[in-house]
Amino acid sequence: MVAVIEARGLTRHFGGLRAVDGVDFRLEQGEIHGLIGPNGAGKTTFVSLLSGRIPVQSGVITLNGEDITHLPAHLRVRKGVAYTFQITSVYPRLTVFDNVALAAQGRGAGDVAAEVAQALSRVGMTGLDQSMAGTLSYGHQRLLEVAMGLALRPLVLILDEPTQGLASGEIDGFKALIRSLVPQTTILLIEHNMDVVMDLADRITVLNFGQVLAVGTPDQIRANRAVQDAYLGGDHAAG
Amino acid sequence: MTDGAKIWTLHLLVLAAVFVAQFLLPPYHATNLARIMVLAVFAMGYNIAFGYTGLLSLGHALFFAAGMYGMGLPVWHLGWLSLPALIAGLVAGGALAGVVGLLALRTAGVSFMIVTLMFAQAGYLTLLYLNTWTGGDEGFVVLSEARVLFGFDLATDTARFITAFTLFAAGLLACLLLVRSPFGRVMVAMRENEERSRMLGYDPFRIKLLALAVSGLYAGLAGAAYGMLFGYVGASFATIQYSILPMLYVLLGGAGTVLGPFLGALLMFYLIDITSNYTDAYLFVVGAALVGLVLFAPKGILGTLRERVWRWLP
Amino acid sequence: MSFGPFLLLALLEGTVMAAVLALTAVGLSLVFGVMRVVNVAHGEFYMLGAVLAWFVTYYLPFPPAIAWLAALIIAPLIVAVIAALTDTLILKRLNYDPEATIVATIGLLYMLQQAALTFYGPDARPVVAPFEWRIQLPWFGYSGYKLFVVLTAVVILAAVWLFMTRSKAGLVMRATQVDRETAQAFGINVDRVYAGTFALGGALAAAAAVLIVPIQQAHYLMGHDPLLLSFIVVIIGGLGSIRGTLVAALVIGLSDGIISMFFSPTLAKIIATLLVALVLVFRPQGLFGAKA
Repeated sequence: MVAVIEARGLTRHFGGLRAVDGVDFRLEQGEIHGLIGPNGAGKTTFVSLLSGRIPVQSGVITLNGEDITHLPAHLRVRKGVAYTFQITSVYPRLTVFDNVALAAQGRGAGDVAAEVAQALSRVGMTGLDQSMAGTLSYGHQRLLEVAMGLALRPLVLILDEPTQGLASGEIDGFKALIRSLVPQTTILLIEHNMDVVMDLADRITVLNFGQVLAVGTPDQIRANRAVQDAYLGGDHAAG
Repeated sequence: MTDGAKIWTLHLLVLAAVFVAQFLLPPYHATNLARIMVLAVFAMGYNIAFGYTGLLSLGHALFFAAGMYGMGLPVWHLGWLSLPALIAGLVAGGALAGVVGLLALRTAGVSFMIVTLMFAQAGYLTLLYLNTWTGGDEGFVVLSEARVLFGFDLATDTARFITAFTLFAAGLLACLLLVRSPFGRVMVAMRENEERSRMLGYDPFRIKLLALAVSGLYAGLAGAAYGMLFGYVGASFATIQYSILPMLYVLLGGAGTVLGPFLGALLMFYLIDITSNYTDAYLFVVGAALVGLVLFAPKGILGTLRERVWRWLP
Repeated sequence: MSFGPFLLLALLEGTVMAAVLALTAVGLSLVFGVMRVVNVAHGEFYMLGAVLAWFVTYYLPFPPAIAWLAALIIAPLIVAVIAALTDTLILKRLNYDPEATIVATIGLLYMLQQAALTFYGPDARPVVAPFEWRIQLPWFGYSGYKLFVVLTAVVILAAVWLFMTRSKAGLVMRATQVDRETAQAFGINVDRVYAGTFALGGALAAAAAVLIVPIQQAHYLMGHDPLLLSFIVVIIGGLGSIRGTLVAALVIGLSDGIISMFFSPTLAKIIATLLVALVLVFRPQGLFGAKA
């Protein structure tokens, strides 16, 4: 398999706290890769390093073999690394159309309106384009967030807790949507909901105390003693 | 009618009405209107930074003065004529805004307000300090030989009105095109959520710098035109008052609306003009208007109108 | 006068300046520290203090010393009431939104200026010093009142410091500064703390003005320079840090006294304002503040 994103020895400390501590990581072309771990394991810090929102202290990140370790966040987005926020972060006072258009126009899409229509139809929000984003239901705002990610036409889409706060009926639709994105887009999925991760992911990386505890298929992870210990000894609510 | 048709109809109607006003109004009010149009150009520039991009500057007097002196100094010292001098003013405003932006845009919010305030104050003091070149506190009169544009004497009422109107119309239409363009959408995105915009691939620093420079071009053009049309260049135009005025106009008319700056300038000008017949307490009117607006109508007149009735208003 | 005595005079003038500036700037710093409000009308509170001092000393039929002492109590009290009303009627309703409060205090600045112009007039008027006493140094005579100003300012600042560190009200203020929500959860009446802080900040500016007004005259536009200088002091000292503010007031006051003896005051002001802008851009924690 080809690695789209590869990280070696990635490290970020905050004072004495080793939020991310020498992580090696491979994201392979076309996979859905789950990233799990107890609260405070460093998941969000890790993807913030990948997306460039936090500068790396040491280690190397490559995108299709090109070193992007010191590339600013907005240029990584242009190169194809898209990030959707954990806390819904649409523009509430702009229309749905403008929200998605902002994503599409930035990479120089020829027909912005067509791109917007396509992205909205993929998440099932056709017809809502003139609504104010802030007036949408929470579930629709999460979908809008994904539509903005899609309109960027990314190589890699990083989804930070996408199903948080969704009703169980909405989660099934969401899973189908994610499945329909691969293999054109590679997905890195940070998720608390174990059922979703186990169901969707091809491979899973488990972080604990800023380090990689295990990497493997969902079945391997389920059977892994170290992972079980980390979860039982750590955050019981997770899982 | 589509939204686009409604928008163009409204703005062209406003321009037509303003143009016709010069034939209907007595000379005193026509001159006022010329003054208001030039100040509205200044306020439109302020609106591009504050209303659309969310950059609350307290230093726009610096860019207005840059335009005024950028026009006036070459006329005085180098004998330049109207058109090149006006262009020099326009460029000076934009360039200075760009330079200030390179530094000030490393800060945000309250720090940005204070940094722009301090730069403007330093600019004002520099005008006083270099008084052999700038005329200091007293300023200087723009030579009448330079105040001729395409053969028209700008000291006459008609030529002054037409010139002010031309600049105003060009500024208004350019602003309308800008805010309805993809770049306008990105400016608003910066105002609404900078971090989100970064993660859509936009460099916030670059976008804000561009917006501030465009804003400075407007301010510079307005400053140059003000000096050229009314024949006087002075350091009082660089004081903090001239940073507050465009803010007041924009807040009153509606921040982030194309017509708001003109409406705000028009109403505020006449509010002060009318109240000064009864009382000399014009500072109180300005102060009370500022407090009243932030307390009771933070969106201004057109902003409120857009929220309630005309959702298509740009 | 030879260089040595000249420098001594400059130092003395600088110390007076620093003392008054410290009082004014601590007021501004306190308000910013506790409430996160940049009060652009702070200079007008100073101006009001001076103008009220004129009214009090002019209309009270007392000898100068007592009239001035009365002004030192009455003027800050009235300004404190005005400040508390401003907080309750305007700032609180804006939810202390930083940008809106700046716009509102700019409005307040104009209103207070106009009020002073209307009721006090455009003239600069002197206030009689509480006592006349010249200290004769070997090289020149120096006003004893100016030294008294320094002393009084130090006493007031010490009182503020004791109030902030030792009294319950000071503790409550500092708790609110650190964490507004938690303070509220512990039953602290944040509204009252804010009104009190804003009143105290205004009162300090007014007190500074009462001290200075026998040296400079009262004028409705006199608030401009103290505002700018306080801004400079507070920013260079590190926003919201009282200790940094004091150090910066001393440095700025002294250097302003000395620099303006040797250089053009306009040039000194240009350098100072540019310095403030650059400090905010490159070292937002201030020159004397702890690293953020």
